[in-house]
Amino acid sequence: MKSYSKTTPYLFIGPALALLALFSLFPIVLALVISFTDIDLAGLADYSNISFIGIENYINIFQDPIFLKSIGNTIFYVVFGVPLVIACSLGIALLINFGTARIFKAFRLVFYMPSITNVVAVAVVWTYLYNPQFGLFNYLLGLVGIPAIPWLQDPTIAKGSLIALAVWRAIGVNMIIFLAALQGIPKTYYEAAQLDGANNWKQLTKITIPLLRYAIFFVSITTMIGWVQFFEEPFVMTNGGPLDSTTSVALFIYRNGFQLSNFGYAAAGSFVLFVTIIIITMIQFRLQKKDTDI
Amino acid sequence: MKTKASDAKKAYRIQQWIAGIVLTLGGLLVAIPFIWMILSAFKPESEVLQLTPTLWPETFTMDNFIYLFENMNFAVYLRNTIIIVLCSFVGLFFNAMAGYAFAKYKFKGREKLFYLVLATMMIPGQVTMIPVYLILNQMGLTNTMAGIVLPGLVGAFSIFLFRQFMSTIPDELLEAARLDGASEFRVFMQLVLPISKPIMAVQGILTFIAGWNSFLWPLIIANDESLYTLSVGLSLLKGQYGGNFALQMAGSTFMVVPIVIIFIIFQKHIIEGYTISGMK
Repeated sequence: MKSYSKTTPYLFIGPALALLALFSLFPIVLALVISFTDIDLAGLADYSNISFIGIENYINIFQDPIFLKSIGNTIFYVVFGVPLVIACSLGIALLINFGTARIFKAFRLVFYMPSITNVVAVAVVWTYLYNPQFGLFNYLLGLVGIPAIPWLQDPTIAKGSLIALAVWRAIGVNMIIFLAALQGIPKTYYEAAQLDGANNWKQLTKITIPLLRYAIFFVSITTMIGWVQFFEEPFVMTNGGPLDSTTSVALFIYRNGFQLSNFGYAAAGSFVLFVTIIIITMIQFRLQKKDTDI
Repeated sequence: MKTKASDAKKAYRIQQWIAGIVLTLGGLLVAIPFIWMILSAFKPESEVLQLTPTLWPETFTMDNFIYLFENMNFAVYLRNTIIIVLCSFVGLFFNAMAGYAFAKYKFKGREKLFYLVLATMMIPGQVTMIPVYLILNQMGLTNTMAGIVLPGLVGAFSIFLFRQFMSTIPDELLEAARLDGASEFRVFMQLVLPISKPIMAVQGILTFIAGWNSFLWPLIIANDESLYTLSVGLSLLKGQYGGNFALQMAGSTFMVVPIVIIFIIFQKHIIEGYTISGMK
């Protein structure tokens, strides 16, 4: 039966596994090691300039006002971003699933489109839309008599503006996941409910939402991890400003690593991020487990 | 009784219309950035800076696009982006090979290695960003095309999807080919890959889109403008020509429209891809 040689499977997985090991697994170990050192440009040129400084990076980073601010901003993104993404993508998926006409299939395309486009390009476009003088948004508001809004200039509004762009991009994929889940619900459930006289709202809250629990769980985990890693939008649109009010943890790491060349310090920041993501995932799995136990 | 049934039907029809109208409005809202981007790209700068914006370009011009290629290095950026896309297809091939081995071969450590592959999906890019840069620096690959391409060449999720699909291929088919004297590699190339066309299509399109949009690694690794991709070039353009919106919109249009066209052609494969991958 077994006609292939013992080495064949390893030849097939070899290239992919070697690359994954070199660029995914080994870096984790390396990141942990260098987070306990003071490696910078001088250390990169000559390894004898690197010294172990214990947990000093971790102590310093939790006293760094910009890091603390970036954590606060990231929490803001998660708290407002995750529910918005779920509400919008689920709402649109429900409406598309409800529709019977052919046109509803076309809506899938329209809402999916933003998620495949280049994030730099759309960030450039949205910066133009948000422009206080020449932007479309303020012009449209002006038409109905609302004064101009400083979309990217006010610290709090700027966060909201970035969230709006990211939600716009996130709807597509999550909508498709919800649509696939919705189509998996047997039609007979609804027929039985209708015979019992349940209205649309009852059907939605008693059948659809409970049966979508796994899809909602999956989307909320991936969306939350996505928000924790929020990077390109603040990088291109505001560069973290005004006054670091849009700096995310990921942007903080990038800036310390590649603009200030504090590799050790940035690695410490990235490990804080990593541990946070693991904790979030574990808590959500716990909650999910409890939920199904009941 | 009869009136009740027709009433329900009428209410249902009205609900359908309401859903359609809400989606149309939402769709319009979602499409505004695209529409505005494309229309502005063909306007001269003076028209974009008017205080009452025009929807349709009053004077239609291609100057913005010509400027991108003549005064900025967009031709170079385009070439680099295409090189990255082509290389990422090599990565796709590696993913398919690994997926096939995990699906169809029995070997020591298979389960453990597969879990290891899956575990890499949990690692956020920001954590590996700095160590990978140091590794590439050690290998002398900073500021080279190889350094830009290598870190993202293979992906765990892609391997996972290939494995899922290829495990449905019947073993008898592979055995028959082996009995005919085909080598293992030939079985893979001439039997497994053609059968896996549906998953290949999905992965191919997603790989193309990811390569076309690649931003972070080119940004970190490339110091020379001669290695910039379109995304990096566009963010540079935004920094240098901050007030020149028509030019920026032309650059964005140049990046977004090819992807939209490819997406519209292949959309059936992409959206069905989620069903293939069994995400329910």
